[in-house]
Amino acid sequence: MKEFALKSEEKFHSHYLNIEKVNKRMTTRLFINNFVKYLFLASTMFGLIVLAFLIYTILRDGLGWINMDFLTNRLSTLPERAGIAGAVVGTLWLMFVVGPVTMVLGIGTAIYLEEYAKRGRFHSFIQTNITNLAGVPSIVFGLLGLTIFVRMFGFGPSIIAGGLTMSLLVLPIVVVASQEAIRSVPQFLREASYGMGATKWQTIRNIVLPASMAGILTGVILALSRAIGETAPLVAIGIPALIIPIPSSITDNFTVLPMQIYYWTIDSVLVDEYASMAAATIIVLLIVLFLMNSVAIIIRNKFKKRY
Amino acid sequence: MSSLSISTELPLKKETTEQVNKTVVYDTKNLNLWYGNNHALKNINLPMYKNEVTAIIGPSGCGKSTYIKTLNRMVELVQNVRISGEILYREKNIFDKEFRVEELRTRVGMVFQKPNPFPKTIFDNIAYGPRIHGIKDKKILKEIVEKSLRGAAIWEEVKDRLHENAYGLSGGQQQRLCIARCLAVEPDVILMDEPTSALDPKSTLKVEELIQELKENYSIIIVTHNMQQAARISDKTAFFLNGEVIEYDDTDIIFSTPSDKRTEDYITGRFG
Amino acid sequence: MGKTVSVKDLIRNKDKKNKLMLKAERTIPFILFALASISILTTVGIVSTLLYETFLFFREVSIIEFFTNTNMKPLSRVEPSFSILPLLTGTILISLVAMLVAIPIGLTTAIYLSEYASESVRKAVKPIIEVLAGIPTIVYGFFAFTFVTPILREFIPALQSTNALSPGIVMGIMIIPLVASLSEDAMNSVPKAMREGALALGATKLEVTLRVVIPAAISGIIASFVLGISRAIGETMIVTIASGSSKNFTFDITQSMQTMTAYIVEVTSGDAGAGTTAYYSLYAVAFALFIFTLLMNMFAGHISRKYREAY
Ligand SMILES: Nc1ncnc2c1ncn2[C@@H]1O[C@H](COP(=O)(O)OP(=O)(O)OP(=O)(O)O)[C@@H](O)[C@H]1O
Ligand SMILES: [Mg+2]
Repeated sequence: MKEFALKSEEKFHSHYLNIEKVNKRMTTRLFINNFVKYLFLASTMFGLIVLAFLIYTILRDGLGWINMDFLTNRLSTLPERAGIAGAVVGTLWLMFVVGPVTMVLGIGTAIYLEEYAKRGRFHSFIQTNITNLAGVPSIVFGLLGLTIFVRMFGFGPSIIAGGLTMSLLVLPIVVVASQEAIRSVPQFLREASYGMGATKWQTIRNIVLPASMAGILTGVILALSRAIGETAPLVAIGIPALIIPIPSSITDNFTVLPMQIYYWTIDSVLVDEYASMAAATIIVLLIVLFLMNSVAIIIRNKFKKRY
Repeated sequence: MSSLSISTELPLKKETTEQVNKTVVYDTKNLNLWYGNNHALKNINLPMYKNEVTAIIGPSGCGKSTYIKTLNRMVELVQNVRISGEILYREKNIFDKEFRVEELRTRVGMVFQKPNPFPKTIFDNIAYGPRIHGIKDKKILKEIVEKSLRGAAIWEEVKDRLHENAYGLSGGQQQRLCIARCLAVEPDVILMDEPTSALDPKSTLKVEELIQELKENYSIIIVTHNMQQAARISDKTAFFLNGEVIEYDDTDIIFSTPSDKRTEDYITGRFG
Repeated sequence: MGKTVSVKDLIRNKDKKNKLMLKAERTIPFILFALASISILTTVGIVSTLLYETFLFFREVSIIEFFTNTNMKPLSRVEPSFSILPLLTGTILISLVAMLVAIPIGLTTAIYLSEYASESVRKAVKPIIEVLAGIPTIVYGFFAFTFVTPILREFIPALQSTNALSPGIVMGIMIIPLVASLSEDAMNSVPKAMREGALALGATKLEVTLRVVIPAAISGIIASFVLGISRAIGETMIVTIASGSSKNFTFDITQSMQTMTAYIVEVTSGDAGAGTTAYYSLYAVAFALFIFTLLMNMFAGHISRKYREAY
């Protein structure tokens, strides 16, 4: 691009900036700016490309293995007979525990913090505590579960032990989402309710909770999708690699999709097909996660239009 | 015949003498601007002269800010902006493909409604412009900083705290700092969008005095809501209404004998 | 006659209801308080179990040796020896690789999205990048082990089938969205007026970014890095799968290495029974892990709170 606008004959009151030099430098500056822009664009694309690659390799490896038998068969050491029915049922059981537990604990905590607790030391203590818990590595929660639920309470590596461990892990997600939802309920709705003589709890139950339910549910779904993708805490509480019967009660031993992926992946050095079976299981897990997130997004969008 | 010729000649003569003495810095020709479907500037034609203060007045939403931001093409940061017509800066169309915006903005400084110093020291704020233009020499930078701060009449107040954060200054000082920051790149024109509307009366007075001094060396275009201010400090005034220039003339004429009824209504406070 | 009775009944009923309501009104805060305490109990549970078992561990193993010895043989029957150093170097090296990927790419992505991209591009790209953050870590482990390692071995023949490099890179990819979205938030909170001030002086977008936006958002950006490092240190499955379980004290990232998290997995899923020294060592390692990540998260929270107060 050629210099266009200003020539040095047009003398202003420039003492320090030499217009010719400034213009020449500008050519370089603009070139660098443009170059860097494309560099940054490439960097942004890197994440997208890796994502595409990841999905592509998983589909390539796993798609061929997905059929009705794979979904409904029990675990087996023989690749052609093995299926993930046990892991699917185990994952459902896990959600069955984590969902209600985090909902009760999460909403309760959020209501307490937003509506009852006085702002002050204690309030910020709980709040800080929740923030810090959210950053604790999941494997540490696994050790907590191992020590408390598996050993101390004697639950063993059961659904209830795994479910409670997972609930504690994802609790901060539900609490924070519920707090935000409750906070976003306009004050005038509360005032209208109080104005009609309603008590505090009546107002919360009849006005605040219904109005914030969509936000809370979104949080719960996101927490659930985190929980069913987590592996480390379950490894720590000692979910076995053995072939176990499909669980039918909350105290049964169980396995979940990520555990199945884990064992098949590390054993893929022994049996080639295991890698493809792991990939096929990943596809199932990702589809479940995708569906759950879609539901969360739909709920959130509906919620947005409200006020 | 003769009486007619005399009556038309008088004002014409005045115009021409002015044009001989004064260089046109900016010349706007048939400028139209749309924000999406909102036709915000309609067929604007305005000249602006060197070493003069041109004031732009008009009710809220009439396109003053839009116009002044078009002069240094800052308006293009808004999405979906469409522009037609031309603006000649020193006889070159600023919308020309080969005209580099950065170059234009180096020559044309801008002062915003709300002071917007960078979260840096006072020194670094002023040195920002010279630095991006490649001046690294500490001694020269120091000279520029002092000269610019003096130029913006704030040197005495800040000379002992050049290395403190600019956010420690009062609003009025911050605004003069922003003017100094603008002077440091040695511009040709300074655009000001309601530079005093966020300031208290005392700071306003200081900035107004400063503008009077600055016009010795710079051409200034200022948007203002304050009629007295326009009358006090400007040489020419343009009255905008609904995206159109209703009237443009010497400030004295606009404020004493405006030719358009709407101008008169506005400056006498009947609306806006 | 019927009428008067029903009114009395109504009033009586209402009184009863009121009493019940009052009772509920009084007890509910306590119930909610109890629910809110669970999160505190969780922290107490974590800290106390870790502390207690760590204490038991250091009754058997010298704390100095644990931090200075480089010999880690927890399950050796002949002469078990405990040292956190090989795990620490493993953790640090893999996190370092991860951050070498995540910081430059995450930050430049943030810059591109917040400073260069148009609103529509940003709206389209951001959620896709965030998908990367939503993928379970086990999937990344699979990806590192079955895809990235074999490819890297084409270029680096000396690379072992489990190594520190591949999980490091993949972990970095996993952390990109975290760094990108937190840095972008920090940059977005820099007022637009500041950018305009710089642009109006003739600065290019790059100059505005480097000299105005980034300095103004620096604490938020650094917070995102620190949080990223904390994530890398605490990440378990990728390393468990792809970096192996070698406890050699080495700085060679082509070798198999064990991180603190992977060690915890190995011992818990192995057969070190409760009460053995190897079992207690688990808690000592977990305690170190907990402290590191906690300190980093608190540091990140502290500096990002600071920048929020800036304007
Ligand atoms: N970023 C934008 N996007 C879309 N429309 C805009 C934008 N900025 C201004 N407008 C519209 O353009 C018109 C002119 O606005 P402008 O800000 O130029 O007015 P103004 O004369 O400066 O008003 P004020 O005195 O209030 O500052 C208005 O109708 C406004 O709604
Ligand atoms: Mg305006």
